Amino acid sequence: MNYLELLRLISPEAVIVITALALLGLQFITPRARDFCFPKAALGIVAAILCVKFVLPANATLCGGMIVITPLTSLFKIIILLLAFFTVLLARDNSFTRHPCEYLAIILFATVGLMLLVGSQELLMIFIGLELTGLSLYILTAFNKSDILAVEAGLKYFLFGSTASAFTLFGISLIYGMCGSTGLEEISHRFSTESAQPLLIAGVVMTLAGFAFKIAAAPFHLWAADTYQVAPIPSAAFIASGSKVASFFVLGNILLVGFRSADGAMWQRFDPAWFPLVAIVAALSIIVGNVVALAQRNLRRLLAYSAVAHAGYTLLGLLATGAEGFAATLFYTTIYAFTLVGAFGVIALVRRETGGDDIANFTGLVKRSPLLAACMGIFLLSLAGLPPFAGFFGKFYLFTAILHSGESHAGRFLVTIALAGSLVSLYYYLSVLRVIFVDQSPEEAKTPAIQMDAIQRITLAILGLAIVILGIFPDLLAALITNALG
Amino acid sequence: MIAWTIYLTFLGAIAALLLPRAYARCVALGTTVAGCLLAVSAFFEAGDFGTLHTIVRVPWIVPLGIEYHLAADGISLTMVLLTGIVAVSAVLFSWNVRERENEFFFWLLLVVGGSYGVFLSADLFLFLLFYELVIVPKYFLIATWGSTNKAYAAMKLTLYSFLGGALVLIAFVATYVAGGSFDLHVLSQVHFMPQFQAWVFPVMFLGFSVLAGMWPLHTWAPTGHVAAPTAGSMLLAGIVMKLGAYGVLRIAMNLFPEGFQMWRYPIALLAVMGIVYAAAVALRQRDLKFVIGYSSVSHMGFVLLGLATAQALGVAGAVLQMFSHGIIAGLLFAVVGRMIYPRTHTRFLDELAGMNLSRAIPFAACVFAVASAASMGIPGFSGFVAEITILLGAWRDYPLLVIITGAGMVLTAAFTLRAFSLAFLGGKAESTPLKCDPITPAEKWGAALLIVATLAAGLYPKPLFDHIMPAVLSMHWLKP
Repeated sequence: MNYLELLRLISPEAVIVITALALLGLQFITPRARDFCFPKAALGIVAAILCVKFVLPANATLCGGMIVITPLTSLFKIIILLLAFFTVLLARDNSFTRHPCEYLAIILFATVGLMLLVGSQELLMIFIGLELTGLSLYILTAFNKSDILAVEAGLKYFLFGSTASAFTLFGISLIYGMCGSTGLEEISHRFSTESAQPLLIAGVVMTLAGFAFKIAAAPFHLWAADTYQVAPIPSAAFIASGSKVASFFVLGNILLVGFRSADGAMWQRFDPAWFPLVAIVAALSIIVGNVVALAQRNLRRLLAYSAVAHAGYTLLGLLATGAEGFAATLFYTTIYAFTLVGAFGVIALVRRETGGDDIANFTGLVKRSPLLAACMGIFLLSLAGLPPFAGFFGKFYLFTAILHSGESHAGRFLVTIALAGSLVSLYYYLSVLRVIFVDQSPEEAKTPAIQMDAIQRITLAILGLAIVILGIFPDLLAALITNALG
Repeated sequence: MIAWTIYLTFLGAIAALLLPRAYARCVALGTTVAGCLLAVSAFFEAGDFGTLHTIVRVPWIVPLGIEYHLAADGISLTMVLLTGIVAVSAVLFSWNVRERENEFFFWLLLVVGGSYGVFLSADLFLFLLFYELVIVPKYFLIATWGSTNKAYAAMKLTLYSFLGGALVLIAFVATYVAGGSFDLHVLSQVHFMPQFQAWVFPVMFLGFSVLAGMWPLHTWAPTGHVAAPTAGSMLLAGIVMKLGAYGVLRIAMNLFPEGFQMWRYPIALLAVMGIVYAAAVALRQRDLKFVIGYSSVSHMGFVLLGLATAQALGVAGAVLQMFSHGIIAGLLFAVVGRMIYPRTHTRFLDELAGMNLSRAIPFAACVFAVASAASMGIPGFSGFVAEITILLGAWRDYPLLVIITGAGMVLTAAFTLRAFSLAFLGGKAESTPLKCDPITPAEKWGAALLIVATLAAGLYPKPLFDHIMPAVLSMHWLKP
């Protein structure tokens, strides 16, 4: 293994890091850095995507699983980079800060963390990725330091997050102590040969707690509402999208590769051992998320609680404990991520025009901007799981996967809860859409059309169309994922 | 060729949304007329109506083995024809919509296109996709252009539909897991375990029967029909309620014959409850639209009773009743929602009684008289043929229920005549008729289309039976 080969294997991450460093240095060189830092960041991301596509080999393993490259990791690196790209586009409208270069650089660092998460089969490396992402996201949340609420949300996020990280690290060390390795394959091997020991189970539970925090599953969701509501919009979008996708990816990796053969003798004959734990978290997330979302008046807060519910749905795929379930999880979380980036894009524009993001601020949006209203309609209905949008097939895929897996009673029970949750969620999504499409704003004559430039229009139109097209032809993404899974 | 009904309608929907306002109505009319012509030509094309003929079949979602599979037999062709006719007249009766027409016709065409899709799909996932596609347009049609408590009614209807869709989804996925395919052809060859059928059939049936307006899950129907704009009520009562009944027949009964046999007595009982209960409630309504809303529930009870007979005659009667009620309900809602209400600004029977409407708008009175006669089951109209067939089919297994249904039919006659006499003949003959706008050509054409359809089906039902009977007879679950 020479260094040139190493550089080739981590070229996408390297490109992103170099771009981020260049952005940080840029403002010392020229006072006009603000003007071209956005194209530069976007360019860096595009270059990284090209690297993933053309420079990386199809399969490679480095340092005993520290860095793993498979078609699946490459696919998800591209997806994460795309999400970062859209986040950068969203951040173009940067009225919240005087330091766009730093802001973008931190987004890029978070992106590198996510790429490391996706491309590793090693608990230590995963933890490093987790921390790099986490720290970047805490800063992104509190980036607008003149906004006291954002700082509060950032602090909350940081305190919850670091506690969760501590648990994860403790869990990892317990697992390492019992198994003698931090590689997922070796852990899995160890699990299959040894009977379950209480200490090992404790390690599994603690590790999972950290990830439940990352995906905002109940009861680890308390940070989400504040972060989604008051963080700068691009930060919230990135937390809801890129971070979610990578977390589900790595959680699936750990559960399905690492803990696959954990013996469930202690857990009432369930196999694998983490099944009841994750099932409870999923059910709780669906119930808590949907019920609390009913009471929200702020759209971003509503999306935060619906995110909790969606984390619950997405976990169903992992509970199916197989390749089909993992594919369903990845499909759903990808769709969800793009939907939320789009939704935050719409919210950003409405917020700029009306000065807020309460649901009331959206009154009569269809008159002010049919494009924004249509996009929001697509995104929310896709979240509700209605055809012809991608969320419909996403949910269908998850339910099929879990019922197909043979875990029949628990599976049926969870699907029933999920569908009941969808019913509740349809109510609050439709309430928002009623405000957008049906209600008339009282001072309608005075409200002008919402101004957008071409890039904003095109970006939103692309995201909206993508959700529709993936709803009609889900195979475009589903087949990619299943083929990459092998 | 018939598959183009779906594509044309969706293309028309997009065109209606994007073209300038002035064109929206014309696009909608052109689209629905084209769809109707396609349906008519496919209906009268000679062929074997007994088997489900594949029209299109291409792989669609490979990981789950889902195919884009459209197929039609005599029953689906009949339902497609109904959709075509009701859609054209619904557009004609919304010719006066002047508020946000683009969106109105967009949603309307989505409902129509989704319904075509449901009647033609032969893959469970595709079926579900079209089935749930219809939900949201209904919400916006009612919430935006509706009246009388529209926000509540729209939300109630949507949540009920979604609940039904969710139950159907569970049952479909369970069917896939047990049968290994989403394809109707493949699944109908599979014999499912009786224990499995015993729970999947009721789940699927409940899901579908929400949309079919089965008592006691019908409560969305009257409020929804009343709140909806005229075209919305016509589509809801005319087509959307049939989607549920069609699903029961095409999928639930076809795939799970043993489950159906286990549950058909309770179904028949609920159906008759619905017939009598809804008729009795209709008798007490003050709002003319509520009378018709409850009459829809009552008539859909006949459909379910027909299906529950499990005999060729009864089931064929049920399909005929779906067709017949679709036309008649469309006509009744058109008279109330489009001909009377915009001219009198009230739908309350006691207020209409003083207006001497039979003089003021004699055309509306005539149309309503025809529709009432058809609705009561007077010989010569489609309602008679359908209901008598259902009762004949039901006599062997449920003689007692048939007698109770007979009482329900008397109630139907009572509330129909009450509504007609109060609304049109209530005033004294010498009182001055209300001054109001004349009936527009669009209304005349729409009414004529529906009247011709119900008369044709009543006087010469043979073409319909020729389509329905072979398809029903080829269903393997029929009792000999």
